[in-house]
Order: sequence, then C-alpha cells, then structure tokens
Amino acid sequence: MAVGEVMRMEVPAGGDLTVSSPELHVLAVDDSVVDRKVIERLLKISSCKVTTVESGTRALQYLGLDGNTGASDLKDLKVNLIVTDYSMPGLTGYDLLKKIKESSTFREIPVVIMSSENILTRIEQCLKEGAEDFLLKPVKLADVKRIKQLIMRNEAEDCKTLSHSNKRKLGEEVVDTSSSSSSSSSSSSSHDDDDSYVKDFPSSKRMKSESENFSSFL
Amino acid sequence: MDTLVAQLQRQFRDYTISLSPGFFGFLDDQFTELKKLQDECSPDFVAEVVSLFFEDCEKLIGNMARALDQTGNVDFSLVGSSVHQLKGSSSSVGAKRVKGLCVTFKECCDSQNFEGCVRCLQQVDIEYKSLKAKLQDLFNLEQQIVQAGGRIPQVDI
Repeated sequence: MAVGEVMRMEVPAGGDLTVSSPELHVLAVDDSVVDRKVIERLLKISSCKVTTVESGTRALQYLGLDGNTGASDLKDLKVNLIVTDYSMPGLTGYDLLKKIKESSTFREIPVVIMSSENILTRIEQCLKEGAEDFLLKPVKLADVKRIKQLIMRNEAEDCKTLSHSNKRKLGEEVVDTSSSSSSSSSSSSSHDDDDSYVKDFPSSKRMKSESENFSSFL
Repeated sequence: MDTLVAQLQRQFRDYTISLSPGFFGFLDDQFTELKKLQDECSPDFVAEVVSLFFEDCEKLIGNMARALDQTGNVDFSLVGSSVHQLKGSSSSVGAKRVKGLCVTFKECCDSQNFEGCVRCLQQVDIEYKSLKAKLQDLFNLEQQIVQAGGRIPQVDI
C-alpha cells in the first residue's frame, strides 16, 4: 500500500538516489505514559507523524475496528505503521495484532511489537501472526530508524512491483539506498551508526535479539 | 584560571559521571538515549520524561503500599503487576538502581514473601526520591551553565 502517494525513484547521472517520501503516520499503543512519551519522541525525531493511544481497545476505536462505524474521514488518518507494546491490560499487543490481521481493511498495515521481555516463544508467536518486527524495550533511536527503513523499503518494493517495466529501463537496482541518502533523515542522523543494517536487511520479517542491538556500544 | 562557565561545566561533567554505572550507578545508557532525543525543538524533553517517571513512581508505589496494607489478604499478583510497570518505566528512562530493585521486588512478589515486599517497597521509595534529587541537581547545573552563557557539555553515560 502506498504511503499516501507513489514513491518515485529518480536516478540522475551521478548515481545518487532521490527518494521523495512523505511522512509515515504511526499509531503507537502503550499503557505506560512514560513509554508513550518516549516512543512518540523517537518517532517524531525520525520524521513521522504520531498518534499515541493507551490501550489496544483505544487503538481499535481509532481505526474504526471496534464494531462502531468508523469515522467517515478516516482517510485523513491513514495509518502506515502500528507500533504496540505486548503486555497491556485488557487487549494485549498480540490480541491487537490478530485483530488487525483479521481485518481486510487494515491487514496490510505493518505491525511492530515492543516488549521488555526477550521471550523467544513470544517473538515467534507474534511473527507467525504477521508482525513485521519485534523490538526489545527500552526502545532506542537506532531501533526506530531501522523499522522506518524497513517500512519505507517495503513501500518502495511495492511501487517497484507496480511499475516493473519502467524500472527495467533504468537498468540498475534502485531500491538499495544507503541510510545517508534517505531524504527523511533528521538532524539526529549524526547519531546513527548502523548503516550495516540496511545492507543485510531482508524485506521479510526479521527478529531482533539483544546481540543485534547495535546501540549497546554507547 | 578557570572561568565560571568552565568550572560549572566541569562540575556538570563530574556529576553526570558519578551517576553512571561505573560509579554510583543511578543511571544507565538509556539516559543518554533520551538526551539524544532532546534538541532545540524539544529542549526540555528529558526533564519532561523524568517528571512523568517520578509521577508514575508515586502512583505505583501508592498502589503497592495499599495492596500490602491489606493485612492477611495481600494480593501479591496486584503488587507484582505494579512492580512490573515500574520496572518498565524505570528501564525506559535509564533509572538503573530503581530497575534493579524492581527485579528483587518482583521475586518477592512471586514467592509471596511479605517481609521481602515491604523491604523492597521501602527501598524503591528511597531510591526514586534519591534519583529525583540527583537529577534536580543535574538540571540545576545545566541551568547555571546556560545562564552563565555557556554550553552544556555532552557527557555520555
């Protein structure tokens, strides 16, 4: 699904890629007021629009999936990514994930699960249910940047598939941008040390484990 | 000869380092992560987050105290869930000692150790208040530096 508009890849003679990428709108779900504040800031500093809600139930209400007829102006609130805590009272992040994947309207929206507990079975369960990725708390800027790159890359690949024949004419692989040429990187990109993520990153689901937490060398 | 700014900056640096894991261990690298999120657009971000954290501490400790006060009828899972929440938010702000105490506290809840829980509750209460005082001192130093016309040095924990 396009991020508001189709992404265009222009390849000038110099070889630099210019990607025009509108802002992602992220729905962040967490019952902790502290974590909501942090994730909101992490996302904003990564040039995302953010809506935070305190529960899975509220998230469903926001999306219009709670059985009530959703607001007809939902198109303005189009969500490109959902980031949710796993352990929440009432509807857990896993329950929310399932509901979203069951919905024909929203199943294409990538869902990322956050948890303070590194439980393999939990991670597997979420990935199996269709989660895009799993983040171990406390979430760091490098994690958010990685997720954003993943989402943007998936969007770009969708567009690539759509206009396949056009891309062929360009004669070169256009998707593998390095993080430094991403136009939406903010001033905080000077803190970003993990370019190596982008090269190895498959567009398929990838599990994050503590050993891969690059920012731990701070 | 040291200018006022240089003196204040040195004090700030030393004080920050004293809070780090290699010294008194009040804070861990997550605090540095929070500082990365602060800029001209959000100059008080860290202060705002820690303020929310301390409010959270007060609320959760209150819940735990109330639950432990139900003599003969303590709901340890209720205490445990508050401890879990406190552990989460302390982790998110880099409050290393509070987080560490929560681990012990959770074990006492799981084993329904009343005495242990009461002790942990007291310790957690003391600990978050100590941290609050430390961070207040740190923010005061920052303010003094800025007022003296200096820049706040970047000190990574």
